[in-house]
Amino acid sequence: MAAPQQQKLKVNGPVAVTANRLSDGAVVWRTAEGSWSTALADAAVVTTAPEAIALLEGAHKRDTDAVGAYVAPVILGDNGTILPGNLRERIRVNGVTFALPGSDTPASTLPAA
Amino acid sequence: MYVYDEFDRAFLAERVADFRDQVERRLSGALSEDEFKPLRLMNGVYLQLHAYMLRIAIPYGTLSSDQLRRMAHVARVYDRGYGHFTTRQNIQFNWIKLEDLPQAMADLGEVGVHGIQTSGNCIRNVTTDQWAGATPEEFDDPRIWAEILRQYSTFHPEFTYLPRKFKIAITAAPKDRAATKVHDVGLRLHRNEDGELGFEVLVGGGLGRTPFVGKSIRPFLPVRHVLSYIEAIMRVYNQFGRRDNIYKARIKILVHEIGAEAFAQAVEAEWANIRDGALKLTDEIIDDIRARFLYPDFAALEAEPAELKAALEDPRFATWYRNSVHKHKVPGYSIVTISLKPVGAPPGDATADQMDVVADLADAYAFHEIRVGHEQNLCLPNVATKDLPELWRQLDAAELATPNVNHISDIIACPGLDYCALANARAIPVAQEISKRFADLDRSRGIGRLHVNISGCINACGHHHVGHIGILGVEKNGQEFYQITLGGRADEHAQLGTLLGPAVSYDQVPGLIEDIVDAYLELRSSPKELFIDTVHRLGVEPFKERVYATH
Repeated sequence: MAAPQQQKLKVNGPVAVTANRLSDGAVVWRTAEGSWSTALADAAVVTTAPEAIALLEGAHKRDTDAVGAYVAPVILGDNGTILPGNLRERIRVNGVTFALPGSDTPASTLPAA
Repeated sequence: MYVYDEFDRAFLAERVADFRDQVERRLSGALSEDEFKPLRLMNGVYLQLHAYMLRIAIPYGTLSSDQLRRMAHVARVYDRGYGHFTTRQNIQFNWIKLEDLPQAMADLGEVGVHGIQTSGNCIRNVTTDQWAGATPEEFDDPRIWAEILRQYSTFHPEFTYLPRKFKIAITAAPKDRAATKVHDVGLRLHRNEDGELGFEVLVGGGLGRTPFVGKSIRPFLPVRHVLSYIEAIMRVYNQFGRRDNIYKARIKILVHEIGAEAFAQAVEAEWANIRDGALKLTDEIIDDIRARFLYPDFAALEAEPAELKAALEDPRFATWYRNSVHKHKVPGYSIVTISLKPVGAPPGDATADQMDVVADLADAYAFHEIRVGHEQNLCLPNVATKDLPELWRQLDAAELATPNVNHISDIIACPGLDYCALANARAIPVAQEISKRFADLDRSRGIGRLHVNISGCINACGHHHVGHIGILGVEKNGQEFYQITLGGRADEHAQLGTLLGPAVSYDQVPGLIEDIVDAYLELRSSPKELFIDTVHRLGVEPFKERVYATH
């Protein structure tokens, strides 16, 4: 599968711009203020291609904070909560779906789409 | 073990210093991501879903205890306390920070390991049999030839920007434990009728979206010509391999498109110009490399010592012994496979503590040496048979003695969508669930040898095409589905699996695998007929009829 960065931009619903933080690769989301946040709740959510392109262009202006920015689907839940829009993004937001070796933490279960 | 010299150490230190400077410039903004990405990839640094991943080469799967201990240190200090051993005898650290990478590399470089050429369109880590130098089956130690190829291919300027990555595997035993037939080049060491040592050369094998079994283009190549012949292959590939389409750029596509015969003719024509040139190996060069491999000082020991006979009274030890201990070329010694597939755990992962335990056990019982196999297990190649009971007790205490080697729960799996930016579907949790379903060791022993391979996408890092049962994750409308193939194998009789039927959902996979196994138990001619032989005898149809009737 081509990475999302290499796919044609299609906006059929709410989307946000995501990337990986340069210093450690952590998942980050583009905010309406033009910064990056590790919390999906802080993401700027748009619904049209021109808006998404504008967010993406802003994200690309400075590449010392985050890299590999792309447009990802999100779901708007009740009370304005923002949820990841597909399996890949659910895993990026929630982490791997099993207990890491040496960890006593039970495997996470993926929230429903 | 191969002994590195001062040149190797100085070179690695320089390379780490270069990378430290590159990271500093990247973090400051002096280098853009486009400028930095190829530099990090050349050092084995990928960016995955959640973090950077560092891939470290383990040349021909051979590690010293000091090297493994240092990997434990890197896992503990810079990562999340574990490492993942891969199907190419490498190790990957999945959570490492960019800002920590230079120091992690410096720490690894001190013991002679690095990530150079573990990424990019170059010749990758040359792999071989994890039992090299220890098995009585082999014609020669294949690591001698892997090391010659490693030295030749490292930073070879002509092959730094190939059309695509290039993987070479060597076997020196008739039983192929290195999957040579599914590599870009496979080298099968043997002796001709005159007793001369040489290679059968196979080209164009590979998995991924267009899988092929390699074709033999030369039945016998005297060993001293191995470099010139590989160079001829590389030149033909470099000249005619496609660069316009990444999906058609591997040598397998070139060999397939022009035919193995035409490819062989082109190689032979090129080779005729260079075969007696500078790349022809002299006895002096071969002997020099051979001399740098230091072998254990084996003692004269009893083949069946009293300690072993006594320990075999313990059914748990006996089960492990029959499953994980293999015949050594020296009487009184054994080869031990250490399963990294405990029931329900991610295949191929080892914690830092487990790595330390294995390193300590290698010091105590195995002449300081550890191997990594492409099946994602570890191996102690030289253990005195009398020490097996104590070794087992300590492995067992560290959860490293699961007696499931080559059983259905000894699953090969790629990292899948839990880590990988290219994956479509998860692989590790599927492996975990199948492993749990077959946790009963009596049951899995009754099933016998059965290899399950799982890939989270068509790139096939889990080698699903050559699994006796292959499982390929695909994405359909945002959901994970899995295609099942039967009858693949990666050994000397390498063959690609046949699709069983329509893809099934994530939740259905473990039950479907159980149904396949139940069908096998019903269909096999006798308990001695292995799963793979039943599939080859009957084809997939009888399995399909039984399995899909219940799904």
